[in-house]
Amino acid sequence: MTGWVRVGPLADIDDEDVIRFDHGDRTYAVYRVAGKVYATDGLCTHEQVHLCDGLVMDCVIECPMHNGRFDIRDGRALGAPACVNLKTYPAKIEDDIVFILVE
Amino acid sequence: MSPIRAELTVDRKRRDYRLIGGAGERAKSLGLVGANWYKPAVPRSVMKELMGRRDADAIRDTILWYALILGAGALAVLSLGTPWAIPAFLLYGTLYAGPADSRWHETGHGTAFKTRWMNDLLYQVASFQVMRRPTVWRWSHARHHTDTLVTGRDLEVQAQLPINPMGLFADFIGLKLAPTELVKVLLNTTGHLSDEEKSIIPEMEWPRAINQSRAWVAVYALVVGACLYLSSWIPLLFIGLPSVYGAWLYNFFGLTQHACLPENVLDHRLNCRTVMMNPAFRFLYWNMNYHVEHHMFPMVPYHALPRLYEAVKDDCPPVYTSTWAAYREIIPALARQWRDPSYYVRRALPAQRRARAAAP
Repeated sequence: MTGWVRVGPLADIDDEDVIRFDHGDRTYAVYRVAGKVYATDGLCTHEQVHLCDGLVMDCVIECPMHNGRFDIRDGRALGAPACVNLKTYPAKIEDDIVFILVE
Repeated sequence: MSPIRAELTVDRKRRDYRLIGGAGERAKSLGLVGANWYKPAVPRSVMKELMGRRDADAIRDTILWYALILGAGALAVLSLGTPWAIPAFLLYGTLYAGPADSRWHETGHGTAFKTRWMNDLLYQVASFQVMRRPTVWRWSHARHHTDTLVTGRDLEVQAQLPINPMGLFADFIGLKLAPTELVKVLLNTTGHLSDEEKSIIPEMEWPRAINQSRAWVAVYALVVGACLYLSSWIPLLFIGLPSVYGAWLYNFFGLTQHACLPENVLDHRLNCRTVMMNPAFRFLYWNMNYHVEHHMFPMVPYHALPRLYEAVKDDCPPVYTSTWAAYREIIPALARQWRDPSYYVRRALPAQRRARAAAP
């Protein structure tokens, strides 16, 4: 079932940073960049490493293990060893609370 | 010896290290493949600061490195026809290939520069200088980080068991890597990738690997053409052969990383060495002497590794106080492994050290 899920207060995510968010049996990465929030699958498509330990630079998340890089806006893999795009999810801020639309 | 390691070291054969038909399946069944490795707790704010990128350090170091190469090259030209040509070319080759290893490594991780194209450009050039095919070794090195020293999974185990002293020495002085890479480059040029290469490189990357080999062959053809035109070996002594005669330096550094430490353990504190090196070595090696820390957190740039070391040192075994201190352990351990392949160097973890200190 698709629906908006509460992630938590916006203040819990530093600007240009990422947190891990687990919901159901899935893990997500939720980002805050320049006042906007984004959400993707939580694991790198290369070797299933949690992206929440990675580095956010502008709108790019870099996997902490092998330098797989993805554009967090559309999930595009930006070069080896990341070859498969990352799934993205709509995200929004309401009253300083972050929500993501999950399936 | 841990039960896992014991199972994988019984009757160890060189073929166990092969990715296809080696000990990889056994390692997988033992939970050693793509496993969770030990990591010390470092606050997120500290890690973010340590992982931060900048261009200035690597630009400065790259300019200095190529200035040294050009200077040594000028000495080599001036000394042609004299006995001084031998040390001059040895210096040139050492500067050409030795630091190329650490530059290949750091730019492969994408951490040397903040600007992506600078990483990519230096990665291609350094790969050529150290003679490692860029795409093949990018994927090989990713595997090295996922399954560090896991037998049958990691292609970058330098001192494989049982120890072959002549083979190790030949590798140390550059007679192994470059010649075998040259054969593989020529094979790749025909469009052929080995099954082992195909097993680590995704299919979408195969054309890139083949085209890079073709580009290399074009460069080598130009150099060989210059040799024929000039009826001289000198062009090859400047481009191509330094990858062989200058290889000793990166092998000298590289052997300190993992040699004689245990395979098939899931803790980088046990299978990597951090060695305190002098400033000149650290410039040439781009701080890869902080090898435990690098394996724990591969996305920390070389210039931040000393600070990462400070952040995690209380959770790590004691460092080796010098390169000499590391070799004082490695050389006798290699000799012992030659006789007894089940031997390995045991590192004392902090909890074990504290327990020993507290014992009456």
